[in-house]
Amino acid sequence: MARTMKSSPPPGLHEAGNNRAGTNRRRGFGRSLRRGEQLWGMVFISPMLIGVMILVLFPIIATLVLGFADWNFVQGWDGIRWVGLQNFRSLLEDDIFLKSIRNNMIFLLTVPIYMIISMALAILIDRHVYMKGYFKVAYFMPYISNIVAVAVVWQVLFQPSYGPINEVLRSIGIASPPKWIADPNYALVSIMMISVWISIGFNLIIYIAGLQSIPKDLYEAAEIDGANGWTKFRRITLPLLSPTSFFLLVTGIISTFKVFDIIAVMTQGGPIGSTTMMVWYLYDTAFVNLKVGYASSIAAVLFGFVMLITLGQWAAQKKWVNY
Amino acid sequence: MHTLLRADWRKAFVTAVMFAVSILFLLPFVWMLITSFKVEKDVFVYPIQWIPREWNAIENYKEVWFGDYPFYLYYWNSIKVSLLTTAISALVSALAAYGFSKIQFAAGKWLFLIVLFTYMIPGQAILIPQFILYRNIGLFDNHFGLIVLGSFSVLGTFMLRQFFMGVHQEFIESAKIDGGSHPRIFWSIALPLVKPAVATYAILRFIWTWNDYQNPLIFLRTDGLFTIPLAMQKFTSLSGEFYSLIMAAAVSAIFPLLIVFIIGQKSVIEGIALGGVKG
Repeated sequence: MARTMKSSPPPGLHEAGNNRAGTNRRRGFGRSLRRGEQLWGMVFISPMLIGVMILVLFPIIATLVLGFADWNFVQGWDGIRWVGLQNFRSLLEDDIFLKSIRNNMIFLLTVPIYMIISMALAILIDRHVYMKGYFKVAYFMPYISNIVAVAVVWQVLFQPSYGPINEVLRSIGIASPPKWIADPNYALVSIMMISVWISIGFNLIIYIAGLQSIPKDLYEAAEIDGANGWTKFRRITLPLLSPTSFFLLVTGIISTFKVFDIIAVMTQGGPIGSTTMMVWYLYDTAFVNLKVGYASSIAAVLFGFVMLITLGQWAAQKKWVNY
Repeated sequence: MHTLLRADWRKAFVTAVMFAVSILFLLPFVWMLITSFKVEKDVFVYPIQWIPREWNAIENYKEVWFGDYPFYLYYWNSIKVSLLTTAISALVSALAAYGFSKIQFAAGKWLFLIVLFTYMIPGQAILIPQFILYRNIGLFDNHFGLIVLGSFSVLGTFMLRQFFMGVHQEFIESAKIDGGSHPRIFWSIALPLVKPAVATYAILRFIWTWNDYQNPLIFLRTDGLFTIPLAMQKFTSLSGEFYSLIMAAAVSAIFPLLIVFIIGQKSVIEGIALGGVKG
């Protein structure tokens, strides 16, 4: 859960500094003990810390710096020109970038959709079905499967002229079914549908865990008071699931900003730019067109979005969530 | 008695409906599996043949596994990269998690905040500097670089830290009074106590690494080094219209992991639910 991520001092941290009153000898002993702890602490965390510094912390600083440069991979280090805010100004007039942002915003719609479906399925699976294990595995399969393979399978299923989906649609009387990922008007929606299909498994599992932490006697008490199913849902299930929903909402929103694999495999941002999204455009700019500076400014914007959501989450958590 | 019976019927009815809905989730996989057994000309025959008219399974899989893009090689690459990444990541995470939770030192709190901060950085925002760095220190286009890249995920540190915090401090203190050093305490007292959590994290890390497409796409160039997802995509773009072969490749890419998942199902689902973690 999100709240388990919050740092709380481990038990015993407060006692550590409390035995100040003591003989000189004891104080000296305590100090060397503390220095020993310091040393061992650093030894234990340093592999992770060094790795994170080199592979994450230094690169994020580099990204933010490179965002102010005009630079192409092939020019070498001498080719860097510092252009101030020029990249960011260009982004505001860049149609593909603006379209990517717009598509990212549309993609946000998938989050509430798969959350509602997952919650409904979770409630049914948790209390109203036999063979719970089967259902968990069945709904989880798209999430656990290799996304490249899944995307390729859907690409074939969606094949416009003789793919199985359109054959079925034609046989039930729809004369001209949509061309799905080949049609600029349907491509993004098709990808969103697949994304919902994939995400349900994860959300479902989290919701089932959330449901299992609701005390059963709350429902029993409500039944004695004559509450019907809907009232129980409105008054007990929904509010007590709110921390879970909040967590899924935030991680869901953040993950829509990171959508890449499915676009790279299925549409490459096309047809005619209809499925371009921020990370796809970043990849295309950096690793296909080799415009490092410009791509870094896109990365900086991406970073900004994700930071805003994360900080917003902390601010909102207190207000919205019923614990 | 009567109401009990009615409740049973209702449960059976809901089960039946849910079963029908679950078909929606499984059907693409069934179609994939069956198509991989067919001859190419039968792939798009409509109405869909759920039992192939003409079997071509052995030829299809032989082509995928030992043809121009031999999957046995990519399997070996994926196994190697995933296993090593998982092992290193689990060790590094467990060490850091122990350091952050069971050793009290002033800098620890601040350094933990730094690590927490890096957790919020989207991986794609740092791809470009990572790429430049890798080009310059010779980690580009080799498995070692890919393994290093996957081994320092701070997620494992957070997950395992939660579990180490559940280990009573008295265990550690009394072991220290008995003259135990931190490495000894870590290895023979604390780590065994959180072994199930480490196993869960390891399974998750293995699955994520196995399925990772983005890092191999950016940090590998040589065909012979490709992992399964990247090979899958390459195979698809080169096989063009040979859908039965593509489906055989997709089956090969999905099924082994599915078996890992079904065997480790309990730990995977519990781990995901417990940590609320997402690759």
